[in-house]
Amino acid sequence: MKISELTAKNLFATVNDGGNGDTEITKPFACDLLSFAMSKASSGCAWFTVMGNVNTIAVSVLADCACIVLCEGAELDEVATQKAQQQNVTVYRTDMPVFDAALMLYKEMQ
Amino acid sequence: MSNSIKLTYQVSDDDFTRAGEASSNVKSKLKMMNVPPDAIRKVAISMYEGEINMVIHANGGTITVEISKDCITMVLADKGPGIKNIEQAMQAGFSTAPDNIRTLGFGAGMGLPNMKKYSDEMDIQTEIGVGTTVTMKVYIQ
Ligand SMILES: Nc1ncnc2c1ncn2[C@@H]1O[C@H](COP(=O)(O)OP(=O)(O)OP(=O)(O)O)[C@@H](O)[C@H]1O
Ligand SMILES: [Mg+2]
Repeated sequence: MKISELTAKNLFATVNDGGNGDTEITKPFACDLLSFAMSKASSGCAWFTVMGNVNTIAVSVLADCACIVLCEGAELDEVATQKAQQQNVTVYRTDMPVFDAALMLYKEMQ
Repeated sequence: MSNSIKLTYQVSDDDFTRAGEASSNVKSKLKMMNVPPDAIRKVAISMYEGEINMVIHANGGTITVEISKDCITMVLADKGPGIKNIEQAMQAGFSTAPDNIRTLGFGAGMGLPNMKKYSDEMDIQTEIGVGTTVTMKVYIQ
C-alpha cells in the first residue's frame, strides 16, 4: 500500500503530509523506546507509537520509515510538527491503542 | 587516504530539538555520494546513538566524520563526566538516564549496544571528570 492510498482511506487523521505519497509501506512496526525503534524499524515501515516529540521525527528519518502513526490520542508537539514539515515526514494520528491501529493497517494491507 | 572528506559538527548540550541533526546531515551526504544503503543505515544508527548520548549524558561535544572510499570513521568527543564502568554501560538495558529524558523515549539502555552492533569497529576512551571519546568505523564494501 502506498502512503497516498493510506491517506485516502482515512483510517487515521493526517497531521502532516510529507509529500511522499508514492512511498510503498512495507509493514506496520510498533515501539515507543527510541533506541529499539532505531535498530528494529525497517525501511518503509509505518511506525506506530505514542511518542510525539521531535526525536520520534529524527529516528523516523534516520530509519527511513514511510510514516508515523501517533496512537492513543497522542499529539505531535509544536517543535516536532515543525521538524516533520521541514523533513517531509508523513504523520497520522488516531485515538486507537497501538496494537489495534497497527492490526487495522495490517489487515488493510492483506 | 587520498580524496577523503572530513566533516565536523558541534553538538550542543540539552538541545533536544536539534538532536540527531549531525547524523541526519551525514546520512544525506552519504546518500548523495551513492554509498550503499546498508552502510548508510549502519552509520545513521551508530552515529545517532552516539550523538544523543553526548546530548543526554555529556553536555554535548564535537563529532568528526571522515568519509573515504572504503571506510567511514566517526569520532565523538565530549568533555562530560566520563563513564565509570564501561562494561556495565555496554550491557543492554543499563541506563542512568533521568526521568525527564525517559519520558521522551530514551533510556532503554540500548544506545551503546546498538553502536557496538552496527559499527564494524568501536573504541571507547573515557576518564572520569575529563570526558569520553568514542571512535566508530563502518566499512564500505
Ligand atoms: N558520552 C557519555 N558520557 C557519559 N556517560 C555516558 C556516555 N554515553 C553513555 N553513557 C552512560 O552509559 C549508559 C548507557 O548508555 P546507552 O546509550 O546504552 O543507554 P541510554 O543512553 O541510557 O539509553 P538509550 O540509548 O537506550 O536511550 C548511559 O545511561 C550513561 O550512564
Ligand atoms: Mg543512549
